[in-house]
Amino acid sequence: MSQASHPAARRFALRVPSLETTAAWLLAIVWIFPLLYAVWAAFHPPAFMVRFDLFAPLTLDNFANAWAQAPFARYYLNTFLLVTGVVLAQFVVCTLAGFAFARFPIPGKDVLFMLVLIQLFVFPEVLIVENYRIASTLGLVDTITGIGLPYVASAFGIFLLRQTFKTIPRELEDAARIEGCGWIAILLKVYVPLAKPTYLAYGLVSISHHWNNFLWPLVVTNSVESRPLTVGLGVFSAPETGVNWATVSAATLLSIAPLLIAFLLFQRQFVQSFLRSGIR
Amino acid sequence: MDRMNAHRRMQLYGALLLLPAAVLLATFAYLPTIATLINSLFLPGFRGAPTEFVGLENYRLLVEDSTFWRVAGNNLIYALGTIPTSIALALAMALFVNARLPGRGFVRMAYFTPTILPMIAAANIWMFFYAPQIGLFNKLLGALGLSGVNWLGDPGVALTSVIVMTVWKEAGFFMIFYLAALQGMPPELREAADLEGTSRWSFFWRVTFPLLMPTTLFVLINALINAVRVVDHLFILTKGGPNNATNLLLYYVYENAFSFFDRTYAATITVVILLVLAIVATVKFAILDRRTHYQ
Repeated sequence: MSQASHPAARRFALRVPSLETTAAWLLAIVWIFPLLYAVWAAFHPPAFMVRFDLFAPLTLDNFANAWAQAPFARYYLNTFLLVTGVVLAQFVVCTLAGFAFARFPIPGKDVLFMLVLIQLFVFPEVLIVENYRIASTLGLVDTITGIGLPYVASAFGIFLLRQTFKTIPRELEDAARIEGCGWIAILLKVYVPLAKPTYLAYGLVSISHHWNNFLWPLVVTNSVESRPLTVGLGVFSAPETGVNWATVSAATLLSIAPLLIAFLLFQRQFVQSFLRSGIR
Repeated sequence: MDRMNAHRRMQLYGALLLLPAAVLLATFAYLPTIATLINSLFLPGFRGAPTEFVGLENYRLLVEDSTFWRVAGNNLIYALGTIPTSIALALAMALFVNARLPGRGFVRMAYFTPTILPMIAAANIWMFFYAPQIGLFNKLLGALGLSGVNWLGDPGVALTSVIVMTVWKEAGFFMIFYLAALQGMPPELREAADLEGTSRWSFFWRVTFPLLMPTTLFVLINALINAVRVVDHLFILTKGGPNNATNLLLYYVYENAFSFFDRTYAATITVVILLVLAIVATVKFAILDRRTHYQ
């Protein structure tokens, strides 16, 4: 290595990294601190909110309180149904549209695709007033479908899948056609299996996005029936209600736990997934 | 004749495959946009009377609305505060993680984890940090003998507090893109620079940073959209207050539509937001994407 052969460079290289390492670590500690604090506050009695006593007693009372004060079980169910429903629907709709754009000679295809890309900028939250009116007209207010439907035709998903489908060699398609497959069979047997990495990447990004979505669900739901975790948490910790902080911390952890644990276990996949999706 | 039929059939299949997406996009993206534009040309009916067409009257009201200008100014300051800061931090984080430091895995996790949390949860946590008497920051200041700051209640400080929280949440997300770009850089560049005895700082400014420009532009667009789109934290931290000091455009739309029940005025503000987004979109498609090639 050129560094080893140059003594001056090696001395220089030895001094600077430790400063860099310190800076990196300090920033990392500052960055992770809020989350660590939330964990501390949730597992210790309220008296220890600002007393960082290492031997302070651990307690699950805050969680019990939070669970009792808001229907978290229902929120979990709603969120789970919402996220699963939205992601599956997106897979279907975006696959069909991506396939159409990739392989079919639709008149005005390029213009249509530009129109689709516009949705990257004209997302449901911007049009929140009109979308609420439309959801209301369709009878979708306070339903999980109402929360998810505006997001199903995702320009992002269509873009990704079109991209992926275009890279699949036509020879594979021809081989399937020789075996007598129609278009849908070709889609399901050739294109979809080969696009698995894209589905995984898009799925993870979409799951995170919809688990964490707040504004539209807030507007479209008005009861516990369909309310997801984020809105439940928002309602729970609204400043007027004067809930104590330890309970709020516990409630916060309850809301983020599944996604956070999934992330910590599958960090590599999450990071890769967000990376892959960065072609917007 | 047969070939034309086959071609027509392909066109038809394609159109059918597009149909679900087209219907949904029309319902929740295109129609609402047109409806918003039309709605902004009406004033709400008084006591259940139908709305009346007033042309550009709403826009005149908008221009004369000092709150709107306050909100627009806030959004601008918010964007200027969050975007360069999070991008610079993201770049620094990516450089740190890429430099093969000890404990790299932990460091990367620490930087990226805030991104995974919902904004509302992050706001909850920071809400406690910022709380006036019992909050963590003021307790720390108190321990040092300094008087506490009213982080969210003081109009002069509130927006900055919101900005800090947003940067914490966002920087890790942008780090990922820089990291990918850094990992894609050919190592020969570094070796050649070492042979010539280039300092690390010089190498960064003359080689790394220019090569990262596409990533920076990409991240910039994303950050701009987020500066308009994300207002979740306002619901917990300040509700746009104190006195509209932290009110942002989308939150102002929400307030007008669902608190003041003034849907037409909300539509007018929405048109302004759409204009801003249209400009960002034009910049992206006309300038940035000239480098990328959509096949």
